[in-house]
Amino acid sequence: MTSASEKSAKQSAETSEAKEAIPVTLAVNGKKYDLRIDPRTTLLDCLREHLHLTGSKKGCDHGQCGACTVHINGRRVNSCLCFAAMHEGEEITTIEGIGQPENLHAVQAAFVTHDAYQCGYCTSGQIMSAVALLEEPCGADDADVKEFMSGNICRCGAYQNIVAAIQSARQKKE
Amino acid sequence: MKNFALTRATDSANAIAAASKATTAQQGAEFRFIAGGTTLIDLMKLNVEQPMTLIDINRLPLDKIEALPDGGLTIGAGVRNSDLAFHPLVRKDYAVLSEAILSGASAQLRNMATTAGNLLQRTRCMYFRETNMPCNKREPGSGCAAITGVNRSLAILGTSEHCIATNPSDMNVAMAALEAVIYVRGTKGERSIPIADFHVLPGNTPQRETVLEPGDLITHVTLPPSAPGSRSLYLKLRDRASYEFALASAAVVITASGGKITRARIALGGVGTKPWRSVEAENELNGQSLDEAIFRKAADAALRDAKPQSQNGFKVELAKRCLVHALKLATQHA
Repeated sequence: MTSASEKSAKQSAETSEAKEAIPVTLAVNGKKYDLRIDPRTTLLDCLREHLHLTGSKKGCDHGQCGACTVHINGRRVNSCLCFAAMHEGEEITTIEGIGQPENLHAVQAAFVTHDAYQCGYCTSGQIMSAVALLEEPCGADDADVKEFMSGNICRCGAYQNIVAAIQSARQKKE
Repeated sequence: MKNFALTRATDSANAIAAASKATTAQQGAEFRFIAGGTTLIDLMKLNVEQPMTLIDINRLPLDKIEALPDGGLTIGAGVRNSDLAFHPLVRKDYAVLSEAILSGASAQLRNMATTAGNLLQRTRCMYFRETNMPCNKREPGSGCAAITGVNRSLAILGTSEHCIATNPSDMNVAMAALEAVIYVRGTKGERSIPIADFHVLPGNTPQRETVLEPGDLITHVTLPPSAPGSRSLYLKLRDRASYEFALASAAVVITASGGKITRARIALGGVGTKPWRSVEAENELNGQSLDEAIFRKAADAALRDAKPQSQNGFKVELAKRCLVHALKLATQHA
């Protein structure tokens, strides 16, 4: 049962949300989305809560863990530190956009082969970083890969296998 | 997070006019320019920053790196840190800048963060970031919880009884050693500010961190031509090998000839309330031989006025050894 006051409170909350929402068009994984969102919505929350693309994960929400890593115009960024409304007209790619279960990206396949995860929570961020790394001026050594991947934290400590997976994907690419 | 109006700047003049309505360009600014957002959005989530209006300047043409006719370099305010660090001219002539940038943050953050944003990077002092605690920088007059609190990572140079917050930037330390000049466009036209004069000491007003006034928009930074035959280097010491702020760092730009130092530019990071150029160290080095005892004298001079707190006394010796080692590395093939 909803009392009249609860109902009016709910209505006014909805009205205020609607009033503060702004129209935003985003291009994610090659698809266009017309949205109305609160300007405070981060790209991460927009992807997860509005577009239901839940592959990108929220770890720290402060740009410290890398679980939210996505690509904007081909470059890896922390989506938790982006306001979605600032990224109209840009090409956003998430883990859902780089491979499919029957057609894995080379980095995804390498992660499977090398058992480069345990709980999996950081994995989509790790893979998005690794896919971007393939195009970055990263040195050849494991130490270089570790340095370039330091923005992605893995609490399970799967780091050794993550480095092995990335090195194997880089070798296959050559 | 407090709600805000988001506007997109289509030209600099409009952006400056809009931002000039703020009562301050410092802590508490009602209007903020936003580019990479890596500091600002983080602090907005913590309610440390509560701007009413964000002016998105990402579409302004401030993203070029170009060689200057005099052999120097101009760097747009909106150039991303990763693009600056990997630029061939920066790697060739300003290695210290490339190394400093790549030693900071993560690859993702460097892809977002901009030149001007890094100049304006805020302190990582945990009391500044925690609104339940007193902090004179965030809330003038509320007190400094760090002086009697957890201060291991905080500053030992340029502090005051009101604030001991460290400037966290690596890029700024390299820029200080390179004698960068910051170009600002404001309501009264354009002006240039040497980096040594851009950041201000906390003194009685730690909420003021730079000389910027409402409406001031950093457009670009210039670097003078690199000194012929000079070597430059950034050495950063920290609690873990990557993705960590400096406990102490040193940027050195040095020219030597016939076993003597002919020109030295020295700046320290992780120890100062602003990027810490040390003319004192430079004076000890100029004209002297490439000798570890001389390097040590320079390091002693750089830290002479250090004022350690209860937990960061180790930084005095750490910063000295950091500078001595950086000088050894930079001159070992001279």
